Amino acid sequence: MIAAEWLKFRTVRGWVVAVVIALAAVAFLGLTDSQHGSCDVSACTPLLGPGGEPVTDNFYLVGSAATGNGAVTARVSALTSGVRTPRTGNQRVTVPWAKAGIILKASLGQGSAYVAIMVTGTHGVRMQDDFTADIAGPPLKAAWMRLVRSGSTVTGYASADGTAWTKVGTVTLPGFPATVRAGMFVTSPQYTQTSLGVAAVSGEASQSAAAFDDVSMSWPATSLTGTDVGGPSTGPAAGPVAGFTRDGGHYTIAGSGDIAPATDGPSGSGVTLAQTLVGTFLALIILVVIGAMFVTAEYRRGLIRVTFAACPNHGRVLAAKACVTGGTAFAAGLAGAAVAVPLGLRVLRDNGVYLAPVPMLTQIRVIVGTAAVLALCTVLAVAIGLIARRGIAAVTAVIALVVLPYLLAVTTPVIPLDVANWLMRLTPAAAFAVQQTVIQYSQVDEVYAPAYGYWPLPAWGGFAVLLAWTAVALVLATILLNRRDA
Amino acid sequence: MIDVTHLRKSYGGTVALDDMTFTVHPGRVTGFAGPNGAGKSTTMRVILGLDRADAGTTLVNGKPYRALRHPLRHVGSLLDAGALQPGRSARNHLRWLARSQDLPLARAGEVLELTGLAGAARRKAGGFSLGMRQRLGIAAALLGDPGILMFDEPFNGMDPEGIVWLRGFLRALAAEGRTVLVSSHLMSEMQDTADHVIVVGRGRVIADDSVAGMLRRWPSLEAAYLDLTRTAVEYRGGVQ
Repeated sequence: MIAAEWLKFRTVRGWVVAVVIALAAVAFLGLTDSQHGSCDVSACTPLLGPGGEPVTDNFYLVGSAATGNGAVTARVSALTSGVRTPRTGNQRVTVPWAKAGIILKASLGQGSAYVAIMVTGTHGVRMQDDFTADIAGPPLKAAWMRLVRSGSTVTGYASADGTAWTKVGTVTLPGFPATVRAGMFVTSPQYTQTSLGVAAVSGEASQSAAAFDDVSMSWPATSLTGTDVGGPSTGPAAGPVAGFTRDGGHYTIAGSGDIAPATDGPSGSGVTLAQTLVGTFLALIILVVIGAMFVTAEYRRGLIRVTFAACPNHGRVLAAKACVTGGTAFAAGLAGAAVAVPLGLRVLRDNGVYLAPVPMLTQIRVIVGTAAVLALCTVLAVAIGLIARRGIAAVTAVIALVVLPYLLAVTTPVIPLDVANWLMRLTPAAAFAVQQTVIQYSQVDEVYAPAYGYWPLPAWGGFAVLLAWTAVALVLATILLNRRDA
Repeated sequence: MIDVTHLRKSYGGTVALDDMTFTVHPGRVTGFAGPNGAGKSTTMRVILGLDRADAGTTLVNGKPYRALRHPLRHVGSLLDAGALQPGRSARNHLRWLARSQDLPLARAGEVLELTGLAGAARRKAGGFSLGMRQRLGIAAALLGDPGILMFDEPFNGMDPEGIVWLRGFLRALAAEGRTVLVSSHLMSEMQDTADHVIVVGRGRVIADDSVAGMLRRWPSLEAAYLDLTRTAVEYRGGVQ
């Protein structure tokens, strides 16, 4: 019956042409929409952390060389942040992930290994190392902090009064050099505002200043020097002044930037691999309409009776139609994505757009996943076509269920973020999480919205949601087929 | 051979089939007559396993239709000449049907030849006249060279030449020993084509007799039909 249904499918020219258009949409729409970046090739080279992931590493350090085992202690008594805009001048704001604390860093080079303990704008004391690791400490706004090094192991402590200490965590840094830089640091990430809960942001560089005292280092005393790691910030919002002043045992340090994994949302580079696949939405519309029509056109003409007379096991007809349309959609999606991803990456790079590196296995998952999602959505449309029997009803249902949530949540940030996230958890469109190539970090403020490539569910989770929808629709269609007159 | 036994079916409150019982024998053309809504099409759909009866059974050559592995090799049917995808050519319409029955694709060409459509094989079926669609439907029914044939109103839309052709064609099929059931409103056509007639009304059999037997009691089949369906009395001929 599959052979018969395939012959049926390929002998209607309109359907074949539509599939070819769907393929071309996936393959090339992402290219015509390609963006242009301002960076030349060298500036676009991403800064990588010790684990190979893209990172941000900009902060102001006041410290000295420290060889071998030892400890550094300091108190942060106050941390304040502000933004400066041409319109409003300096403005005091709360930057949740502003950081002030003590750090042991392998070198002054950006991206080198480190371990640090700090107070933050609103997240209390944290102990972080090598950009991606984050341990929560006591929820203090001002604290005494201590880092103790023993070989490649560093233990962090925090205290509210300087006498009763709480151990925050112990981390091991294999290959941490014998001589590192030890000292105090301040940094302050991009300040972002989300307006009206909509996933649109406005943001500018922020600057933070912290007051330190009670500083002690167990290493032979050398004078502390200030370094703006990563260099002074430049760009349109340039202004945050980094530096430090010393008054006896009191230090005031100002810094801007972040020590954190780089993100790809509006606060980060803003470009992800998924953008090479924007044509998926057009292919999705075409393929689900074909899937529904492949069934409903037969009901409309009464041809379904001829089909059922030829195959009295009506469930087999459903299975054959699902296989043919699903297989066709898979092939079109696979061919399209296999062109779009490598070609799109090249075009973006040639246009000078910064893109975080994506491992080959992830690229393959995105390509095959996109094809599989298109295939399953088409099968879902076939099942809905059988349930609804009427073309308009079926197409409306499929569009409302699959295409609309996808468009609303993904292409433009027009609906509140919470709604977008729930749509991407519950509707079949959740499966487009297979196109996610970026990692969400709780210690970085970012607009983690589907529109920027951040999905509420992991790839397999979203795919499972679609699988469940399809399974339910197929079961319902089979039950109705066996119950209803043709 | 088609056996229809005590079929009952109602849609909502409307009774469509009310103890419909008859047998269609091979080797002759059996006419299936009755007013609109008498249950002819419903009966045919139940025979083909398309509709479910509330009670009763239908057997084709002693088996339920749904139990047939390649049903079109046993039963060929034409219920609705319009049941076509307009964008698909006549030839491709027959080719997918051949595929579904594991028949060689060349059968499509053979039945197109048989029904006089060879010249229009590659044309889109959407552009066919009703008469041509009827021929295409008949071609589809003949695809599996079945022993049983069922046609619902095959004379509709046919030109006089087509009617003459179809009349001879149906008689030839019966003469080959096939079971042929043909529904029609055209009593004069039935009189010239059928050997046997089953008249139904309100979901049950009113008369089941040879055409010759009917003509002994009424001047014409048309007169018999009008008389039988008006009074709706049950009449069963002596000859089976």
